[in-house]
Amino acid sequence: MVLVYIDHEDQQIKTSSLEAMSYGAAVAKLLGVSAEALVLGTTQASIKDLGKQGATKVHHIAVDSLNMLDVKVNSTVIAHAATQLNASVVLFAHNINGKALAPAVAIKLKAGFVSGASSLPEIENGFKVTKTVFSGKAFAKINIATPIKVIAINQNCYGLHPIENVAEVVAMQSNIPAPSIKVTEVEKVKGELPLTEANIVVSGGRGLKGPENWGILLDLAKELGAATACSRPVSDSDWRPHHEHVGQTGLQIAPNLYIAIGISGAIQHLAGVNRSKTIVVINKDPEAPFFKAADYGIVGDAFEVVPALTAAIKKSRQSE
Amino acid sequence: MKILVCISKTPDTTAKIAFTEGNTKLDENGIQWIINPYDEWYSLVRAIELKEKDPATTIHLVTVGNAEVEPIIRKALALGGDEAIRINVQSNDSFVVASQIAEVAKKGAYDLIFTGKETIDYNSASIGSMIAALLDLPFVSLANHFTIEGNTATIKREIEGGEETNEVILPVVVSCQKGMAEQRIPNMRGIMAARTKPLHVQEPIACNESTQVLDFELPPAKQGVKLVATDQMDELVRLLKEEAKVI
Ligand SMILES: Cc1cc2nc3c(=O)[nH]c(=O)nc-3n(C[C@H](O)[C@H](O)[C@H](O)COP(=O)(O)OP(=O)(O)OC[C@H]3O[C@@H](n4cnc5c(N)ncnc54)[C@H](O)[C@@H]3O)c2cc1C
Repeated sequence: MVLVYIDHEDQQIKTSSLEAMSYGAAVAKLLGVSAEALVLGTTQASIKDLGKQGATKVHHIAVDSLNMLDVKVNSTVIAHAATQLNASVVLFAHNINGKALAPAVAIKLKAGFVSGASSLPEIENGFKVTKTVFSGKAFAKINIATPIKVIAINQNCYGLHPIENVAEVVAMQSNIPAPSIKVTEVEKVKGELPLTEANIVVSGGRGLKGPENWGILLDLAKELGAATACSRPVSDSDWRPHHEHVGQTGLQIAPNLYIAIGISGAIQHLAGVNRSKTIVVINKDPEAPFFKAADYGIVGDAFEVVPALTAAIKKSRQSE
Repeated sequence: MKILVCISKTPDTTAKIAFTEGNTKLDENGIQWIINPYDEWYSLVRAIELKEKDPATTIHLVTVGNAEVEPIIRKALALGGDEAIRINVQSNDSFVVASQIAEVAKKGAYDLIFTGKETIDYNSASIGSMIAALLDLPFVSLANHFTIEGNTATIKREIEGGEETNEVILPVVVSCQKGMAEQRIPNMRGIMAARTKPLHVQEPIACNESTQVLDFELPPAKQGVKLVATDQMDELVRLLKEEAKVI
């Protein structure tokens, strides 16, 4: 059986987990077994809808304290559930929670572990998974040699493949170990779309000259329902918050559309964004290296191009 | 207090990645090796700051690899740290690496184990979480702020769209990222001192690899950029809608 760990927050299942479920259903089909989901904690999200991504059953350990991430506790609970359900493959989204939990679960299950998987496994002569390495500069094919496998899959590499189906929700009991950490404060930027979950990202670099000029970028992002990002010097100079920094030493993202404004396209920046499906570059320097990594390019002054692009999108929305 | 800082060797961030031997090995020609930036800038420097505040602190560095990693560990010792341990085995399997470090950690009875949030070569982000699981310790990932009071650590960590504060009783394993500390440049005194700091070489414990890297591949090259004139934004919107199908 393929078991998919499902992450939820704010009464919603995370898109990255829906994608992991969809990937899990495909892995299960390859192996000729069932795909099932594991939900920890309480949520008002309709978890039976995981059926639409291919889950036949959703195992639910509805204990409030599991809503918090305590890696020692939650990984123990997940590993117990996987053992009890006889899972041969345990899947996670390679998001913040998945990155913390999956390696610990792998240890507890004595399972081989691959994180950042970007393709379905090949199951002839082994169990081979391709993952991104060198921060997106290359891929490696890895064979997992253990009977149980734990895999964390990259966001936006497989997509959602909805079907008509409702999963059966099964309540599951578990012994919850004593907490190992205490959460004393949670601060969230309200109403902001997390970068790693966004389909469209609008990103600004030093070419925008200063934080006071970000209005044109934010207007474009708003029109597109996009999250915002920036290059490293921009966050280093505190023009934008640190959590917006993308690149080799920041976040690695893979949205459907990445719009780079006034960013030169240094190799360290590209490493964080080159898995984006479509890249649009706006830069006044025709020699900017980013154009080599772009699908669409506009050579021009961002202060003219960006408002014009926002207006064009608005216009096309109105004529729909 | 005793701190163990995990150090990994990675290619420089500007390295052009290519492969040899039928795409089974990294082409090391022209590659500059560095300390994994997260290990250097954040975990090591934060450990050094903690020692500056409390001189009774001992810092040990640990690395898993063959003799080729020694220049990197000396570089780390030039920044700070009292001594280093190299476990003499080369592996790309996170389970093997984490098991070796966990063994060192067990014997050394450390209060704090720091790793970088991930390495910039294999990007597995797995070693910290695995060490914690092997030692049955609490684990906090993606820490961007760390203070200590008696035997309690207060750690801020990144969550999606924000930040969370955790309190943990030592010992704890922490993966470190931006915000923990500021990058430092080693000074001459540090570089001289590093030459004589103890570097213990230990043989690995027996441990089977659970995964093997079979081969590598470079991403497909982009088709080439389609340029759109600045007064053609309607056309760009059309392309994004109809050709790329992304808006
Ligand atoms: C170890 C290491 C790690 C690093 N990690 C990262 C990382 O994770 N992420 C990252 O982003 N960087 C990283 N860097 C930095 C990276 O090398 C570049 O310096 C950085 O990405 C450049 O940022 P930028 O493109 O915003 O600025 P610049 O390189 O200064 O580029 C500004 C661009 O804006 C254009 N421009 C100027 N005015 C206009 C205008 N009016 N309209 C349109 N375009 C305009 C210019 O032509 C230029 O191309 C790292 C560097 C090192 C050494």
